[in-house]
Amino acid sequence: MAGIAELRKLRGSAPASIAPSERGDNKAALLFLGPWFIGLLLITVGPILASLFLSFTDYNLLQPPSWTGLDNYARMLDDARLHQSLRVTFTYVFVSIPLQLALALALALFLDRGVRGLPFYRSVYYLPSLLGGSVAIALLWRQVFGTQGLVNQFLGVFGIEGQGWVSHPDTALGTLVILNVWTFGAPMVIFLAGLRQIPEMYYEAAQIDGAGKVRQFLAITLPLLTPIVFFNLVLQVINAFQSFTQAFVVSGGSGGPVDSTLFYTLYLYQKGFGALDMGYASAMAWLLLAIVAGLTAINFVVSKYWVFYDD
Amino acid sequence: MTDTATSLPTRTPGAVAGPRPPLARRRPTARARLRTVLKHAVLIAFGLIMIYPLLWMLASSLKPSALIFRDPSLLPSEIDMSNYTVGWNALSHPFSHYLLNSAVLVLGALLGNLVSCSMAAYAFARLNFKGRKIWFAIMLMSIMLPIHVVIVPQYILFSQLGWVNTFLPLIVPKLLATDAFFVFLMVQFFRGLPRELDEAARIDGAGHVRIFAQVMLPLSVPALATTAIFTFIWTWNDFFHQLIFLTKPDMYTVPIALRSFIDSSSESSWGPMFAMSIVSLIPLFLIFLLGQKYLVKGIATTGIK
Repeated sequence: MAGIAELRKLRGSAPASIAPSERGDNKAALLFLGPWFIGLLLITVGPILASLFLSFTDYNLLQPPSWTGLDNYARMLDDARLHQSLRVTFTYVFVSIPLQLALALALALFLDRGVRGLPFYRSVYYLPSLLGGSVAIALLWRQVFGTQGLVNQFLGVFGIEGQGWVSHPDTALGTLVILNVWTFGAPMVIFLAGLRQIPEMYYEAAQIDGAGKVRQFLAITLPLLTPIVFFNLVLQVINAFQSFTQAFVVSGGSGGPVDSTLFYTLYLYQKGFGALDMGYASAMAWLLLAIVAGLTAINFVVSKYWVFYDD
Repeated sequence: MTDTATSLPTRTPGAVAGPRPPLARRRPTARARLRTVLKHAVLIAFGLIMIYPLLWMLASSLKPSALIFRDPSLLPSEIDMSNYTVGWNALSHPFSHYLLNSAVLVLGALLGNLVSCSMAAYAFARLNFKGRKIWFAIMLMSIMLPIHVVIVPQYILFSQLGWVNTFLPLIVPKLLATDAFFVFLMVQFFRGLPRELDEAARIDGAGHVRIFAQVMLPLSVPALATTAIFTFIWTWNDFFHQLIFLTKPDMYTVPIALRSFIDSSSESSWGPMFAMSIVSLIPLFLIFLLGQKYLVKGIATTGIK
């Protein structure tokens, strides 16, 4: 969680104080930072600039890029599939993340206070987070929510005839939301760590003052946990916008049925690496960057009103 | 909680792990005992729901395909390993070929991340050089950059170099410390190591290379282990890059090979597909068992999944 705190504080002091005996390590720095520096130049900054350039061109890998100005961005305004992919992605992010974080917090609170066997429960709940991004789990999901899948077998026990959840446009996205919520173990572990850092004496003092459990939660736990909530929120939003594997595998790469699981990154992949419309894909990448950066900035600004920092 | 260095592995053992002592010690009453039992019942039931799909997949991989759709129970009436033999040979290469490809990739990524990220971290944590603050800020920002912004030009670059359908596009960036997250993780860790150690080594005449290799690295096993574990998991699971850069069946890795099962998703292929899915999860599961301590602490301090 330090990454965020670090950025927050960056305008203040230097990252760490350096002993005066170590002034002027420029040569050594060149050696140690060399690989990182080359990587930054060739693999990150160079491609960022190239991608910005390409976003103003028409380029299919075979002919040299031809400058088309703002055409790609203008095309976005009329691209119904792009709008659909934005709808799908925003729905996915704004439905699954609150659910995921709420579940993570609830279980962290439940587990925090003296449960025997905590390491065991924590492992069981965390395991899906670890495996969730794999193709194997996405394939499993395809089956679990398929016409003859586990969910329908279960419903069949109660005499309910289920449908093919992944093959129906109304429910396909829902199955992916469930998949993301299922991986709540990672934020849960972060919440647990955060709860550990709340000094026990606060609760003792509150108890002496006669505060009940609810009061303690609202007056102590929740305010002191807001930095962690914020950290989880920023991180999960950034990650969720870039989700790809699940939608690709569950829909067989199409984003179907009827584009109901057409994640933004999936559409970008189709445009860039399927249709070789590299200029358009680059413009899409920049829109994604703008959205993610914008939401993160909003998160930071709004955080002033609800995140409580102890320091 | 803003200072990761103090909560990284070994710095505060038990900060994440040990149960918090109960507020007041009282003899458990019958009511309290009932509550404890209920609590565990809820936790176990919920855990079972969470894990059920995984157990079901394991059970299904051991059933004849026809039974997968009729029998939701976890215990197969008879164990049938044929899904594994069929699945192993279902694609153009035996599955061991894809496992080997993934293993090569993981090893390359491990080497790259461990060496180059720790080097960069040493510079940020211990060297005083020009523009250090600015470079550090750039490094932090690069963590949050969506890969999609760079993937198109990267693809063009690597295809011009003739690197498509080799492992180079997937390994070389790691050798160049592009997984900045780990640079940051190790900067935080290095900062927590006492300065007296390198000062003493310096007085003894050691240069930066020796201080780095013989003082810092041996003390940084927890941070290196965390990096190694997460690099393993990420690389093993990384579908997007492998899908883009590896298009020849010869070069397929485990995720890409698994994905090819979709194309033949008739009912009869579910069993073999589940069997190979289980095979693909075994390395992750082993890492999970071996590296739990580092996994939990790594995720608690850095938020990587």
